[in-house]
Amino acid sequence: MSLLSVRDLCVSFPSEAGVVQAVRGVTFDLERGQTMALVGESGSGKSVTSLAIMGLHPENAKITGSVLLDGTDELLTKNDEQMSKIRGLRIAMVFQDPLSALTPVYAVGDQIVETILTHSPETSKEDAWKRAVHLLDLVGIPDAAERARAFPFEFSGGMRQRVMIAMAIANNPDIIIADEPTTALDVTIQAQVLEVLQAAQAETGAAMILITHDLGVVAGNADHVTVMYAGRMVEQGSVDDIFYAPAMPYTIGLLGTVPRLDHKSGEALPILEGNPPSVVNLVPGCPFAPRCPMAIDKCHESEPELTATGETQAGHLSACWRLEETKGLSHGDIFEVPVVRRNELTTLPRDERDTVLDIKNLHKHFPLLKGAIYRRQAGVVKAVDGIDLDLRAGETLGLVGESGSGKSTTLLEILELMKPTQGRIVVLGNDTAQLSRNARRSLRKDIQVVFQDPMAALDPRLPVFDIIAEPLGAFGWDKAAIEERVFELLKIVGLQADHADRYPQHFSGGQRQRIGIARALALNPRILVLDEPVSALDVSIQAGVINLLEQLQQELGLSYLLVAHDLAVIRHICDRVAVMYLGNIVEIGDVEDVYEHPLHPYTQALLSAIPIPDPKVERERQRVVLTGDMPSPADPPSGCKFRTRCPKFLSLDADSQARCVGVPPELSVAGADHNVACHYPEVLRVI
Amino acid sequence: MGNSDTLDEGPTGDERPVGAVSGTSVSISEPANVRLGRGKLTLRRFLRNKLAVIGLIGILLLIIIATLGPYLLPWGYLDIDKKAFLKPPSAKHWLGTTQAGRDVLALTIAGMRKSLIIGFLAGTIATGLASVVGTAAAYFGGWTQRIALWVIDLLLIVPSTLIIAVMMKGGVNHDYAWVVLALLLGAFGWMITGRVMRSMTLSIRNREYVLAAKYMGLPPWKIITRHIIPNISSYMIVDLTLGVGGYILAETGLSFLGLGIQAPDTSLGTLIGEGARMATTYSWIFLTPSAILVFLVLCINAVGDGLRDALDPSSQSGGSAA
Amino acid sequence: MARYIALRVLNYTVLLFVAVSLAYLLAASSLNPRQIYALRQPPVDPDVIETILRNCNISDNVPLLERYFTWLKNIFTEWNWGCSPTNGSVNAEVSVRVWVSLRLMIIGTLGGVVTGVLVGAWAATKQYKAPDRVYTLASLFVICTPSFVMGIVAQILAVKANNALPWRIFEFVGETGSVDDYPMAAFVDRLQHLLLPTVVLILVTSAALSRIQRNLMLDALGADYVRTARAKGLPKRKAVMKHALRTALIPTGTYVAFTVAGMFVGATYTERVFSFPGMGQYAVDAILKMDINAISAVTAFAGVCTMCGAILSDIVVAILDPRVRLG
Repeated sequence: MSLLSVRDLCVSFPSEAGVVQAVRGVTFDLERGQTMALVGESGSGKSVTSLAIMGLHPENAKITGSVLLDGTDELLTKNDEQMSKIRGLRIAMVFQDPLSALTPVYAVGDQIVETILTHSPETSKEDAWKRAVHLLDLVGIPDAAERARAFPFEFSGGMRQRVMIAMAIANNPDIIIADEPTTALDVTIQAQVLEVLQAAQAETGAAMILITHDLGVVAGNADHVTVMYAGRMVEQGSVDDIFYAPAMPYTIGLLGTVPRLDHKSGEALPILEGNPPSVVNLVPGCPFAPRCPMAIDKCHESEPELTATGETQAGHLSACWRLEETKGLSHGDIFEVPVVRRNELTTLPRDERDTVLDIKNLHKHFPLLKGAIYRRQAGVVKAVDGIDLDLRAGETLGLVGESGSGKSTTLLEILELMKPTQGRIVVLGNDTAQLSRNARRSLRKDIQVVFQDPMAALDPRLPVFDIIAEPLGAFGWDKAAIEERVFELLKIVGLQADHADRYPQHFSGGQRQRIGIARALALNPRILVLDEPVSALDVSIQAGVINLLEQLQQELGLSYLLVAHDLAVIRHICDRVAVMYLGNIVEIGDVEDVYEHPLHPYTQALLSAIPIPDPKVERERQRVVLTGDMPSPADPPSGCKFRTRCPKFLSLDADSQARCVGVPPELSVAGADHNVACHYPEVLRVI
Repeated sequence: MGNSDTLDEGPTGDERPVGAVSGTSVSISEPANVRLGRGKLTLRRFLRNKLAVIGLIGILLLIIIATLGPYLLPWGYLDIDKKAFLKPPSAKHWLGTTQAGRDVLALTIAGMRKSLIIGFLAGTIATGLASVVGTAAAYFGGWTQRIALWVIDLLLIVPSTLIIAVMMKGGVNHDYAWVVLALLLGAFGWMITGRVMRSMTLSIRNREYVLAAKYMGLPPWKIITRHIIPNISSYMIVDLTLGVGGYILAETGLSFLGLGIQAPDTSLGTLIGEGARMATTYSWIFLTPSAILVFLVLCINAVGDGLRDALDPSSQSGGSAA
Repeated sequence: MARYIALRVLNYTVLLFVAVSLAYLLAASSLNPRQIYALRQPPVDPDVIETILRNCNISDNVPLLERYFTWLKNIFTEWNWGCSPTNGSVNAEVSVRVWVSLRLMIIGTLGGVVTGVLVGAWAATKQYKAPDRVYTLASLFVICTPSFVMGIVAQILAVKANNALPWRIFEFVGETGSVDDYPMAAFVDRLQHLLLPTVVLILVTSAALSRIQRNLMLDALGADYVRTARAKGLPKRKAVMKHALRTALIPTGTYVAFTVAGMFVGATYTERVFSFPGMGQYAVDAILKMDINAISAVTAFAGVCTMCGAILSDIVVAILDPRVRLG
């Protein structure tokens, strides 16, 4: 008898556009102590499934099927009152966004006490409080007794997610549902939270449903995997089945289209053309058929049922009409891999190329304002605290680091083209501090930007034509030339001419990002600044945009300065990488050298925090998990800023430690193109 | 009132359905090459709101009556019927007469016309002032912003009704007193809207598309006119509409107290004020203008609410390129 | 927190001083009380008029700034707000009328805020159902009806009710009337007179506030933390009351400032309609009689009310929101 048996669960709700068939026939069994991952892109129905199990779906939703707890207890027929006896006691939930999931006006301790008292009202307030403090301690909140009295806004994102986990395990639940528990967090914090989640599961012996879009997280944490697409289960099996013998082309494509942290391929990524379908007014046939290179007529006519692949264990099911043929195929066999033409410029040795951007000793300081209403200056945030960078023609330099490390500030400071707080920015030979107004304006032609959120970066009130034409108009192009150029640009980024008079909201995320790229290219810039260009996109869409960027670089000889938190993406497209921590560069150099031979403990920790979509690799990996959060850039530690979280520091004797505390390390040469700022650098392979 | 920033969020039309599920993107597929303009979309959503449509018809009807009424009625509003003082509704005077023998219907229509004009004028002035001060304060920041906010706070603490009344009383009692009244109502009514527009501008100023425009070399005035004003324009339209209703109420209030429009000129307020004295005994003089006033403001507010819902970009507007 | 409130009070005091000064200068420069005597029959001796006006510091023959400084000096040294030839000492009038207005305004504010919050929150939980639709229409109707119209309609209905019933329930002229001879009669009489004006004020205030509260509550109902509260086992009703309503109250705290500021005008109409001898009535009379000193005093009173509202709302927000309290 399974702990939880879900049979043919269907969820639909009405909307203006028609009936949303969010979930169509989900079936699985969950056993004690096991973790099942629900994987899918946004809109695949994975979150709706979990909310339906919890009875927290929208009230207008129509639900059919069966959800049995302990094999006998039907959850779908229970009313809110009855379900609330199960929620939080038998089944607990950890939500995605810890910023908004905690009530802002109650202390976190009180919120945990509430969870306890709701299910055991006989417990005294004091005992409940003691238990709350114990739980906070368990999930790794320092000074738990003290911090239990603090309010959610006084915690960082990672700490809030720990509080959520403490709340979830407060009543020793049998099942924990974790809905994208680490999506909003930095990779280092993600590693911590996943570890806490595993510890919590071990402590309570609970089963877990882990909902995520990150295949790396799945590989390291799940026993079983269910892959969802357009509300439908398309593949189900053990984690090894899914990763080593995927049978459905969607799963195969998804695994192949993600850039890998652990090896560099010079090739472009295979791309999954198109977008997931809308789950309103579904057309008959396999929902993946429009994007599937293997689709035959039958795929467009009727939807395949989940069937056993028969390949390995009995539990491996897949929904595809051509299961027999997909056997043993890899993504490269099914999906098209575009060929990137090489530009002669990129074959030139680095030293012989022009320097397009040169930054010396850049500082950016902000006044730190305190008080919710009456703002007063309470210090200085040293967001960027003395960095040197140079970017050569035709190369890509990646900036990585946790949020707050100063990488985005560096980008914005360069884009301002103004005199920085301290230091020098030289763009194409022009020192920004000495530019006249006109020279600054004309220099803007050569340095353009692509932002992270393609929706926020496009004015919703302008049609695509006007958006792309805007920089051309600003520099006085005439009408006919603008018209010709806009259609040329649309073609370059892979959009159609008839897209020109639609509005941004009519496009999918990937298409919007292409519009943003077209606009950035309008004036033929030499440098493109990319601020997390793919992080807001679904995984199956990312590859297309990454390929486009690579191809554009080769064709147009562009130089890229790129900020990304996804180190796998960085490895795939960057030539060089700079690792930032609290406003300083701690390690910089050739991307292969840095990834294969990381010298700085922070680089090692960052790389080690990225999960790799390969279960066997994940199981055997040696991990460096950082403790705690990054200190505030308003009050950085003395000496080496990283020492408060440095695993290396802890292993040193007192005399050696004194050097870390007293002397800030300088960047020093550690290889042909590899510099590191650490007093005790030592190679540690983490991937 | 400095801490009203939390309130200054403009139209909060973000009425998510209870327990909305993230990640279920709903999109309507439009046939290719059909460009559904913003205006058309807004109109379609507006027309779906029955209350708003009724309101719009009501306003148009009242405007037609106010314009054509004087030509169709047997009595002018200044005419005095010496045979009928304080008479209840009859065939001769459909809605009765006042103590001075003036026709209540003619008076009501004349008063409504004046109230409408004053409302529209004051609303336009207030919304215009608010958008100029609000966007300028936010865009230029620094001292411009400080001074603007200080003036706003000062004007909010002054009891504006009193000040307007004093200025109306002190002003010469000429034929264009109503213009002065409209100007004053607008000049003392823009502050809260101005604050809202300031904070809206502040948030738009830091949007990525404004930054992108800046980094691609657009001059500031072009950024304001192309990216900031259009993105607060829907709020301006809604504010203008609701403002008209508000200023009609403010005008009638002042006139009711005898401090706004003065006889022989007339407005709904003066008429209600006159009727109020004998409301419990000769209620027709009071009831007609009151009913018209409430109906008028009701229509305006219904249209304003409807516009707000229709213009709100956060609600599902549909359309997908895929 | 105390430091913060102190800063706010200081800021408001400066604003208030400027505002009242401007009001005085405006009234003194645009109104000329001499006009009142111009139409008197028989004509009054110009010298006598001049003496009367000079006694009250309102003669336009004295330079404006000189009058202003005299006025200021009297207030700061003797707390004397001046006088008027027709109405006597401003201090004497105000000291009586202030309490009449305050009674109305405090009851109106408290009743209006509490009713508005409860009705708005309740309507939000019934979104798209019949009660919510009825509420939406009703609140729209109340918002569009000026308080003086509502007051007079209430009077018309009260007369009909009184005539239909064997005894007089509704009183609507003045604060007190003829008092019968039974225990607590004076108190009951006061309540009778307060009933209608209070109901009108509360209706007007709560209609506007409840619409705001409804929207805030709708936002809060969809918030993630309400889902969290339900996920940990709170039934929906309890999660809404304990988590959604509590959080949705914070912006309402801000709105209290505007409510109090609008209350003075609302009270003016109510006083006028129900013949209460309060500050609002005083203001109207003062303007009609070109009583500069009284106008300034009423401006100061209204300003102080607005300021108290703003500070009150600061305190309420600080109590409700730990981010403000501790941030």
